[in-house]
Amino acid sequence: MALPEVKQTATEARLATLTMPDAGCTRAAREDALARVLEMGLPGRRDEYWKYTRPDTLISAEQPHAALFHSDEPLLFGNLDRLKIVFIDGVFSAEESDDLELEGVNIDRIEDICCKDIHWAKELYGVLEARGQSPVQRPLAALNTAFAADGVAIHVTGKPAKPISLIYRHASETSDAMLHHIIRVESGAEVTILENGPAASRFNKCIEIDIADGGTLHHVRAQGRDHERCAATHMFTRLGQESVYKSFTLTVNGVLTRNEQVIELTGDDAIAHVAGACVGDGDFHHDDTVFVTHDAVNCESRQVFKKVLRNGATGVFQGKILVKEGAQKTDGYQISQSLLLDDDSQFLAKPELEIYADDVACSHGSTSGAIDDTALFYLRSRGVSVKDATNMLTLAFLAEAVDEIEDEVLSEAIVNRLEGWLSRHI
Amino acid sequence: MLEIKNLHVKLEEEEKQILKGVDLTVEAGKVHAIMGPNGSGKSTLSYVLSGRDGYEVTEGSATLEGEDLLEMEPEERAAAGIFLAFQYPVEIPGVGNMTFLRTAVNAQRKARGEDELSAADFLKEVRAKAKSLKIDADMLKRPVNVGFSGGEKKRNEILQMAMLEPKMCILDETDSGLDVDAMKLVAEGVNALRDEGRGFLVITHYQRLLDHIKPDVVHIMADGRIVKTGGPELALEVENNGYADILAEVN
Repeated sequence: MALPEVKQTATEARLATLTMPDAGCTRAAREDALARVLEMGLPGRRDEYWKYTRPDTLISAEQPHAALFHSDEPLLFGNLDRLKIVFIDGVFSAEESDDLELEGVNIDRIEDICCKDIHWAKELYGVLEARGQSPVQRPLAALNTAFAADGVAIHVTGKPAKPISLIYRHASETSDAMLHHIIRVESGAEVTILENGPAASRFNKCIEIDIADGGTLHHVRAQGRDHERCAATHMFTRLGQESVYKSFTLTVNGVLTRNEQVIELTGDDAIAHVAGACVGDGDFHHDDTVFVTHDAVNCESRQVFKKVLRNGATGVFQGKILVKEGAQKTDGYQISQSLLLDDDSQFLAKPELEIYADDVACSHGSTSGAIDDTALFYLRSRGVSVKDATNMLTLAFLAEAVDEIEDEVLSEAIVNRLEGWLSRHI
Repeated sequence: MLEIKNLHVKLEEEEKQILKGVDLTVEAGKVHAIMGPNGSGKSTLSYVLSGRDGYEVTEGSATLEGEDLLEMEPEERAAAGIFLAFQYPVEIPGVGNMTFLRTAVNAQRKARGEDELSAADFLKEVRAKAKSLKIDADMLKRPVNVGFSGGEKKRNEILQMAMLEPKMCILDETDSGLDVDAMKLVAEGVNALRDEGRGFLVITHYQRLLDHIKPDVVHIMADGRIVKTGGPELALEVENNGYADILAEVN
């Protein structure tokens, strides 16, 4: 079917600005992805899946512009022992990165996987993204598969002693970056992946994660403070039997952020938890779009998303749990809540359940509310100032999401970052 | 210590007058009790003194050691020395009891120009005071009042009072929802804080709390006014005959 003319024009205009990297063995996957983009067209504001978030700046053919943010705040995870992989405006920096050697894991740049004959990588690049295009289309992810110029392939075969930390620096006010990472966690292996930094003026990032039976992946991400940046990210995760995936995202500032998580539980007894906390002030738009598919028996999924919004900020949550036929004993939980600190802010939520098995427990809830006056008075009556009391109650609201981070050092780092934001903004 | 003169209060949202000229003076070192039927304005008085939103003072004054309370924010009143033990202590999920207590203690110290308590000193003090109120370590770690029984909530109020060392303690129906043993424990906690520099205003429906916290003065409140004042024997009179006789006598 031919695309609507507006969409066709916008897609062609954007594609005209991009060049497909000459990346040998991923070439076929990239060509396929480009074909998907041409068939779907880039997202438009009339698309149902983009009803609450205008994709204009994410697809525009114009060069993006975002001022750099300067802060005295120490960098996140700065004191943590970790393996650093640094990208500046979407380009790998060997100089800034650590040596990519770590026991229990092999790390290669995507452009190097061809000459190294790494089969798993060739079999993963673009594959989970392609699977994730149905039943809902995700054209920006296909665009990323086709054109991402950099990224890493992480093969986890053991239990590396420290987290792998992907650091995204923003250096140019007009950077337009696409990164594509692939991660394969082998049976019984376990890894923690960290991501932080504003990345680029416009950032399109895709991660494909394949977790084999009994594998575990922890993911903690903090999205950067450069207020004018915009970002669209996708994480496609496939889970094998008894495997575990736990992901948490903190977002502070950013005029436009769309984070999609597409999770497929394909092995029995697998566990997937995704959580997010975001705090937005003013010209801030944050969209969490999650799609969890239960396609095996006795799996557990949790979605916990909390947003604090003020001065006209907008929060969006689109979360779906799809329980396929035969996925009995599914335990699915979904909660999305917003704390609106004034009357100008808004939270738009679309929780969905679609269930084709008869022995499952699935629940979802979504709420919007203000600070509880009674609790505020209680704290103030004990001598706590309005500002501190509001901060305490705001952090308390976010706690359910932050508590999803298992590692105490990491969760403390996230709480510190939130406290910093609150002290500046409330 | 606490001086209330001709206090008139109405609800902010409606034209309903709740307090219609309350006169009351609580001296340092004394325990005053206020008794009265439902709807007489007892709880409103406690909220107005501690600065809760939703009430409008239309006439009169309330001062603590000569300072105008009504001009102050709730946290300023707390720093000045007012403490309200809530009838229904508020549950605050996500805020640890210990964090809350420490923030409150240090906020008040800071407001008074004193040094903040070190973590170690605070811990030592809170543990000792919690022990005497039979509050275990687990309760201190849990979120404020979440999942606490009625008795635990009231003991937690008294712990806060003990830690904050206020000049003027207002207890709003602290006996409600307590069994006899819990009430004794709470009363012991309160009695331990009785001090010649500290005043108490104990609001209650029933005389039984006053068996354990012996008042110096008892007031009867009805229809937004103090209608009768006497010694501890007045509480017994209420217990034996109810409010009807007293109200009939006043009217």
